Amino acid sequence: MLNTTILSHIVFFPTVGALILALLPRRGKIIQWFALAIALATFLLTLHLPAHYDYARAGFQFDENHAWIASPKIRYHLGVDGLSLWLVVLTGFLAPIGVLASWSAIDARAKEFYFFFLLQQTAMLGVFVSLDMFLYYGFWELALVPMAITIAMFGRTRGTQAAIKFFLYTFLPSTLFLVAILYLYGRTGTFDFAELQAALASGHLGLAAHTLSWLALAFLVAFAVKVPVFPLHGWLGDVFSEAPTAMAMVIAGKLGLYSIVRFNLGLFPAQSRAFAPWMIALSVIGILYGALGALVQRDLKRLLAFATVSALSFCTLGIFTFTLAGLDGAVYQTINEGLIGGALLMLAGILYERYGTYELSAYGGLAAKLPVMVTLFLISTLALIGLPILNGFVGEFLVLSSTFRTHPGWGALATIGVILSAAYMLSMIQKIFYGRQSALVSNRSVNDVISREYFALWPMAILMLVMGVASPYWIKAIEGGVRGLADHSAPLSQVPAQQAPPPTPPLNGAAQ
Amino acid sequence: MNNQLLRLLPEVILTLTGVLIMLIEPVMPKAVSRTSMGWLAVLGSLGALAASLGQFHLAPGTAYYGLIQTDAFSAFFHVLIAAIVLVSLLVTLDVVRAGTENLGELFALTLFGAVGSMLMTSAQELLLVFIGLEISSIASYILVGFRKHTGKGPESALKYFLLGSFATAFLLYGIALVFGATGTTQIVAIAHALDANAPHPVAAPMLATLGLGMILIGLGFKVSAAPFHVWTPDAYEAAPSPVVGMISTAPKAAAFAVLLRILFVGFPALHAHWIPLVWIMAALSMTLGNLAALRQQNVKRMLAYSSIAHAGYLLVAFTALSSDGIAAASFYAVTYAAMNVGIFAILSHAGQYDDKLTLVSDYRGLGYRSPLLGGAMAFFLISLIGIPFTGGFFGKFYVFQAAIRSGMLWLAILGLLNSGIALFYYLRLLAAVYAKPQENTPMQSMPRVQLSLLVAIVLTVSATLILGIVPSQVLGAARAAAVTLQYEVQQPAPTPGVALSR
Repeated sequence: MLNTTILSHIVFFPTVGALILALLPRRGKIIQWFALAIALATFLLTLHLPAHYDYARAGFQFDENHAWIASPKIRYHLGVDGLSLWLVVLTGFLAPIGVLASWSAIDARAKEFYFFFLLQQTAMLGVFVSLDMFLYYGFWELALVPMAITIAMFGRTRGTQAAIKFFLYTFLPSTLFLVAILYLYGRTGTFDFAELQAALASGHLGLAAHTLSWLALAFLVAFAVKVPVFPLHGWLGDVFSEAPTAMAMVIAGKLGLYSIVRFNLGLFPAQSRAFAPWMIALSVIGILYGALGALVQRDLKRLLAFATVSALSFCTLGIFTFTLAGLDGAVYQTINEGLIGGALLMLAGILYERYGTYELSAYGGLAAKLPVMVTLFLISTLALIGLPILNGFVGEFLVLSSTFRTHPGWGALATIGVILSAAYMLSMIQKIFYGRQSALVSNRSVNDVISREYFALWPMAILMLVMGVASPYWIKAIEGGVRGLADHSAPLSQVPAQQAPPPTPPLNGAAQ
Repeated sequence: MNNQLLRLLPEVILTLTGVLIMLIEPVMPKAVSRTSMGWLAVLGSLGALAASLGQFHLAPGTAYYGLIQTDAFSAFFHVLIAAIVLVSLLVTLDVVRAGTENLGELFALTLFGAVGSMLMTSAQELLLVFIGLEISSIASYILVGFRKHTGKGPESALKYFLLGSFATAFLLYGIALVFGATGTTQIVAIAHALDANAPHPVAAPMLATLGLGMILIGLGFKVSAAPFHVWTPDAYEAAPSPVVGMISTAPKAAAFAVLLRILFVGFPALHAHWIPLVWIMAALSMTLGNLAALRQQNVKRMLAYSSIAHAGYLLVAFTALSSDGIAAASFYAVTYAAMNVGIFAILSHAGQYDDKLTLVSDYRGLGYRSPLLGGAMAFFLISLIGIPFTGGFFGKFYVFQAAIRSGMLWLAILGLLNSGIALFYYLRLLAAVYAKPQENTPMQSMPRVQLSLLVAIVLTVSATLILGIVPSQVLGAARAAAVTLQYEVQQPAPTPGVALSR
C-alpha cells in the first residue's frame, strides 16, 4: 500500500537522486536534466498526498511508525496533517523551479550544486513530516549543511562569510533547542510528538511553570531565527545577496513558521499564549521595520530580503492571535510567501543573469524591452502587496482581520505595513522597468523570458491567481490542522472559508 | 587453547607481529621497500581484531591471578583499539614512501602501543593499569618524535616524555595511596573495601580519596583533559599525521576505559568526591579546548585543541553516574575515533609524511583538487561539529541525554554551547575546503590516492555514517559493556533516584 510508505519515498527520493547524480559524468547538461527529472518526480510524489488526503479526519495521516533505536527510545515516525500537507507540496513544487532557476546561473561545479540542492530537498521535506523530535531535529539541522556549503561555494563575493554567519545564527539557538528536547525526554521518556503533547497536556510531569517557559522559549528562539523574526533577522540580507537563487528561494519562512505552529503551539499552548504579546509586538515591529528598510535599499536582493522580513512577520502576527482565522491566514501566507518570494527571487536572478547587477540604479526603462518579464514581475509584486484576487490578499486579510479583533491597536499599525509594501514594491517596479532607459539597459540587448524560464514562472503566476480565487480548497486542509491550536473564546471573523468550529475540538494530533 | 591465553590473545598476536617485524626488518636489504612490513602489521592487527571480536563470546572472567578481566566491556574497547590500529596502519602505508627511515620501527611501535592500550582496558589490577599505560606511553613518546630531523619532533617528544613521566608518577603515587588505604590494588577488592556496609570499613577514606585524585590526574593527562592538556598541541603538531590519528584515539580510549572501570567499579562509594572533580575537568576541557582552538591557524594544533574539547564532552557522560552514562562514554569513544582517525587520514595524505600542508589556508580548494578527499573531510568536519545523521551528533546526543537525565542540566548546556563555539573553527576549515582554490598552493603536488588510503577512508566514513544513522548495534554493545561494568560492582545504586542498574 503506497499510503503507508509514501512519505519515506517523498523524503528520500531526492537523496537517492543526489547519490546517483554524484556518479554521472560532467558532460553537457546531463546533470541539470537529471536533477530536473528527480525534482519533478519528487513533486509528483508529493501530489499523492492531497489526492489521497482524508479532509474529514483530524490528526496525522500517511503514518509511518517504526522502531529505530531502542534506547534512547527513538522511532522513525512520519506523518502529515493539514498543517504540513501543503507545505510538503509547496516544497515539492519549488524543487523543479529551483533547478530551472539555476540552469544556467550555476555553470561550473554543477554536480556539487545539484547534489547539495537535492540533499536540501530531503532535509526540508523531512522537517515537515517528522513526528519524532529526534528525527525532526536531525532534518532541521541537516537543512543547514547543504545551504551553508552552497552559499560558501557559489556566493557572489562574500559567500564564505555569509555562509558562516548563517550557520552560526541558526546553529547556536538550535543547541539550546536540543537541550530542551533532551530535558523533555528526561522527564517523559519519549521523543514522539503525540506522546509528548499528551504528556505535557496531562500536567502530570511536575514541571514548574518557569521551567516550561524556558523550554518553550528555547523552542521558539530556534524557530524564530529561521523565520526570521525581528530582531533575529541579521543573517537574511547577507544570505539573500550571496546565496544562489534556488537556495535563497527556500531559505526563509516555511521551516521556521511551520515549526512554531507545530511545536510551540502544539506542545506549549499556555506558554505560547504568555509569549503572544511579545511576539505580536515583534511581528508588527518586523512588518514596519522590514517595510521601511525595503524602502531605502538600493540593491534588489537586499530589498527583497527586507520585504521578506516584513511579509513573514505577517505570518507570525497571525499565529500569535490564536484565532482560527489568524492561524489559517498565517499558514496560508506561509505558502504564499514561499511562492511569491520564490518568484521574485527568481525574477531578480534572471535580471542578474542578463545584466550582471542587482543595483537598482543601474536599471530603468526595461518594460519596453522585456514585456513578459515586466508582466511576471508585476503579478508577483501585486501578490506580495496583497491585491485582491491574488493569493497574498487572502492571507493578509485573514491575519489582519483577526488581529483587529484581538489586538486592534497592533492591527492598525500592521495595516500601515501593507501600505508601505505597496510603496516599496511599486517604486522598485518603477525604478527597474519604467522611467528613462539606463545606459546598461540601452547598451545591452538581451532576451526576454526564455522558454525554460517560462516553464518555471508561469506556473507560479497562475498559482498565485488560483490561490487567490479558490483559497477554500487549500484552507480546508489547513484549518483541519490548526483547529486544535486556536483559542475558541476569541470571536471568529467572517471569511469565505470559515466553518463553525466543533463544540469540543479534539486536540490536534492526539487523536491518532 | 588455554582459556587464559584466549583472554590475552589480541595482545599476544600484536606483540608477536611487532617482534617479528623488528626481527625481519633489519636483515632486509636496504633497497627493498618496507611496505611489506606494513602489510604484515596490517595482518597482525586484523588477527587482533578477530581475536577481540572473539572475546565477546568468552564467558566473563578473570585470568592470570585476577590481573586481567575479559568481559563485554574489555572486548568492546579491544575491538575499538584493534580497529583504530588497523586503519592507522593503512593510512601510514599510504604516506610512507621509499626513503622514509626506520619504517619497521614505525609499524612495530604502533603495534606495541596498541598492546599497552589493550592491556589497560582489561586490567583488573591497578599495577597492570600502570604497566599498560607505560607501554602505550613509551610507544607514543617515540612516535611523536619519529621525524627526528624536523625541528619540532625531538623537542615535542621530550616535552611530552617529561610531562608524561610526571603524570604517570602521579598515577603510581595514587595507586600507592589507594593501596595504603584499602590494602589492595585489585579494582573490585577496592570497591568492597570502600563499601560502607563492609564488615571492616576502610579506616582512612580520605587517603583513598587523595589516591583517587592522583589517579585522576595521571589518567587525565592521558586523555588530555584540562588542566592536564598542555602537551597535546605540541605532540600532535610534531608527530607524523597517521600516527596522530592513532595516538589521539587509541591510548585515549584505553585511558577512558580505565577511568570508567576505576571510577564505576572501584570507587562508586566515593562518587560524591569524584563527581565534582570530573565535572570541573569536563567543563574546563570543553571550554579551554574550544576557546584555544579558535585561535589556531595550524590545522593539527586546531584538531589537538578540539580533541581536548571532545575529551571534555566525553567526561560529561561520567557525571551522569548511570549505566546510560557509561554506555554514552563508550559510544562516544567509538564515534570520536572514527571521525578523528578519518580526518587525520586525509590530513596525512594531503600533507604527506613531511606535513606540507599545515595551515588552514593551505587547505583552500581541497574540495576541487580532490572531490573525494574534500568530501570526506567535509563529512568528518560536519560530524565533529555534531550535525545529525553523523556519528559525532549521535555521540553527543547520547552523552548529553544521559547527563540531562541525571540532572546535570548546566553541564549539558555548557557542553552544547561549547559545540556552538566549536562551530567557528570547524567552519573555517570547512569553508576553506570548499573555497575557490588559489594558484600555486602546496596542494598542487598531492600524489594519487592509494588503495590503502581509500580503504581507510571508506572504513572511517562508513563507520561515522553507520554510527549516526543505525547505531543500534554499537549502542547495544556499549550498553552491554556498561551493564557488565555495573554488574561487577554488585552493589546497589549509590544515590537514590539515579538509574544505576538498568
